Amino acid sequence: MDSKMVSLHINDIPVTVPAGTTVLEAARSAGFNIPSLCFLKGINEIGACRICVVEVKGARSLVASCVYPVSEGMEVYTNTERVRKSRRLTLELILSNHRMDCLTCARNSHCELRQLASDMNIDAVRYANDDLPPQIEDSALHLVRDNSKCVLCRRCVAVCRKTQEVGVIGPNDRGFATHIGCAFDRDLNEVDCVSCGQCIVACPTGALQERDDTGKVLAALADPKKHVVVGPAPSIRVTLGECFGMPVGSNVEGKMVSALRRLGFDKVFDVDTAADFTIMEEGTEFLHRLENGGELPLITSCSPGWIRYMEQHAPDMLPYVSSCKSPQQMFGSLVKTYYAEKAGIDPEDIFVVSVMPCTAKKYEVKREEQRLPNGCMPVDISLTTRELGRMITQAGLLFDHLPDGQFDEMLGVSTGAATIFGASGGVMEAALRTVVEKLTGAGMAPLEYHEVRGMEGVKEASYELPGRTVRVCAASGLHNVKRVLDGVRSGKLHFDFIEFMACPGGCINGGGQPIQHADVRNFTDLKGLRAAALYAQDADMPYRRSHENPIVQTVYQDFLGEPGGHKAHDLLHCTYIKQQKYRTDS
Amino acid sequence: MPNCKSVVPYRGTPEQEERLQQVIAQHKGQPGATMPVLQAAQEIFGYLPEEVQIMVAEGLEIPLSEVYGVASFYAQFTLNPKGKYQISVCLGTACYVKGAASLLSAVEQKLGIVPGAITPDGKFSLDSCRCVGACGLAPVMMINNDVYGRLTPDQVGPILDNYK
Repeated sequence: MDSKMVSLHINDIPVTVPAGTTVLEAARSAGFNIPSLCFLKGINEIGACRICVVEVKGARSLVASCVYPVSEGMEVYTNTERVRKSRRLTLELILSNHRMDCLTCARNSHCELRQLASDMNIDAVRYANDDLPPQIEDSALHLVRDNSKCVLCRRCVAVCRKTQEVGVIGPNDRGFATHIGCAFDRDLNEVDCVSCGQCIVACPTGALQERDDTGKVLAALADPKKHVVVGPAPSIRVTLGECFGMPVGSNVEGKMVSALRRLGFDKVFDVDTAADFTIMEEGTEFLHRLENGGELPLITSCSPGWIRYMEQHAPDMLPYVSSCKSPQQMFGSLVKTYYAEKAGIDPEDIFVVSVMPCTAKKYEVKREEQRLPNGCMPVDISLTTRELGRMITQAGLLFDHLPDGQFDEMLGVSTGAATIFGASGGVMEAALRTVVEKLTGAGMAPLEYHEVRGMEGVKEASYELPGRTVRVCAASGLHNVKRVLDGVRSGKLHFDFIEFMACPGGCINGGGQPIQHADVRNFTDLKGLRAAALYAQDADMPYRRSHENPIVQTVYQDFLGEPGGHKAHDLLHCTYIKQQKYRTDS
Repeated sequence: MPNCKSVVPYRGTPEQEERLQQVIAQHKGQPGATMPVLQAAQEIFGYLPEEVQIMVAEGLEIPLSEVYGVASFYAQFTLNPKGKYQISVCLGTACYVKGAASLLSAVEQKLGIVPGAITPDGKFSLDSCRCVGACGLAPVMMINNDVYGRLTPDQVGPILDNYK
């Protein structure tokens, strides 16, 4: 880090910032907001859209402040007539090529483009193009693209190529014909998209959105023959509040439960409970491999984005990946077997809805290998946090007025270990809490593993346990996952246990989470604040190790048998497969 | 450029593929390798079918979308082979003023392809060009080396019918 400081004037106000700071950031530190569109800090820094232009004394032309570094003695003006005129014209030209069906657009009230138009006081669009038809591409299970709303900011492309290193989309053709698409303009379901949905949360407009499955859930809720069961993922309770304007990092578990009940779900269970089962199964699998010379490292299988990436891009890792279903799928599997049996309900009549931080979960619920021995698919519909937020609003529930509710107990008691699944490193820590105690004996093992916490892309740690050293790694964001895989393959990195999450920071930053505008993302530690709320909840939980969960103990005793046993394998495990990366046959 | 995979089946030979692999090996890891490799690939195969672009993407370890983005950006790259008869409709200023656009759409309608594409039987490929130096004959269309001038859209069909 360059510690040299630079002094400059912004709108005649003296500012001192570290060298290398951009004009946009320096201005912000002096209390001036510069509007921007294509800029996503650390992800898309290309100075392409020209919305953030400012006047720099002595410069030949206006400069893009998002990429322009400060220099000593610089005099910057962020709000001159020249600057305002330029920004307005640029925005008007962008709007001339944007289909403005704002009233019926999914991003309606939280569109960055609409916000910019409002902030810049654009009261008429001089070059409006009324002849833009929708350009819907809805081949994928998880998202819908409408290029008629795309402003070519390339934020989705940058996140796909750099953050995720998957790179299935890019700018095709040129000039007026330029558009974002897959190679050969194939549909998204024909390419190696991992369904992570990071492009959706990066998009400033309504060009990208999740496939809306709320209608199917409402139909099930209205069907008297259906017994509709819902379960939210660990991270939902610390992000759902953002849909209702609450501060980032608000834990709204109680209100969320009440909202789900008032929406009419017959049972409100918790996917956290299933996460505890995941630890029992994955922990058992790890101990088994460790003690029997099995394939190591064991790699977690909770993130369906990672799984799809692995199946297409790294199939050589198949033997190392845990056979555990994800917590979502374990949840559905337990509802349609254990709960169905206990409640005396035909599993065919149970409709399971999960609420996930994730768009890849929409794809995962359709995966055939997830099917249960009784013929049922474990989960019927997987909603994102955003979809649940919309359902709550549409139902007229005043979220901040809701009382705190309690999960239904049969599958609604969980531990702190399950809570932290929502943050990168959380699955690893949860597993260590159980595994280390199994290896060292009760009361001998530490409870918290801070080495695997935090929002760094790759975290490594090793623990000295009786008779062996266990080396672990937690990586999130597929770019970081790829780095770890390369190291493991080349023999430079040695681990016994690896947690991979497709999304940077884990589920709290998933592609299904509430969308925050770039000016929030650029200047707020979104991931850190959301994760902190999970760790805070964990610290207050009565049970903090998965095997302490009384529900887990009951279900194994009464129903599943041993962790890793025959019945558990039938219901809670599956086989992942190699998948084609390119489809040239069609 | 038509946003589609070539309708003509890929007929690359092992020799051609071997030559491409050599070019890829020379450029791998260098910044800006995509352009020269694609240029060489087009020289070797005559065009850039999906199969070849996948070889380039895999070889250079870059996403296929990036390769396709470059291939579809530059007019010099073509995703389709040339047909037995290469049609070129001039869209230069003189021809354009004299109605070349309607000439082009007449060809498009007759053959069912857009500029940059080839008919599935491999007979006709269609391109537009900028000025063939025969402005006095505007609007002009060329089929291989045959020049047709002062054309009207209704003449297009009968002319094409002469090419078997």
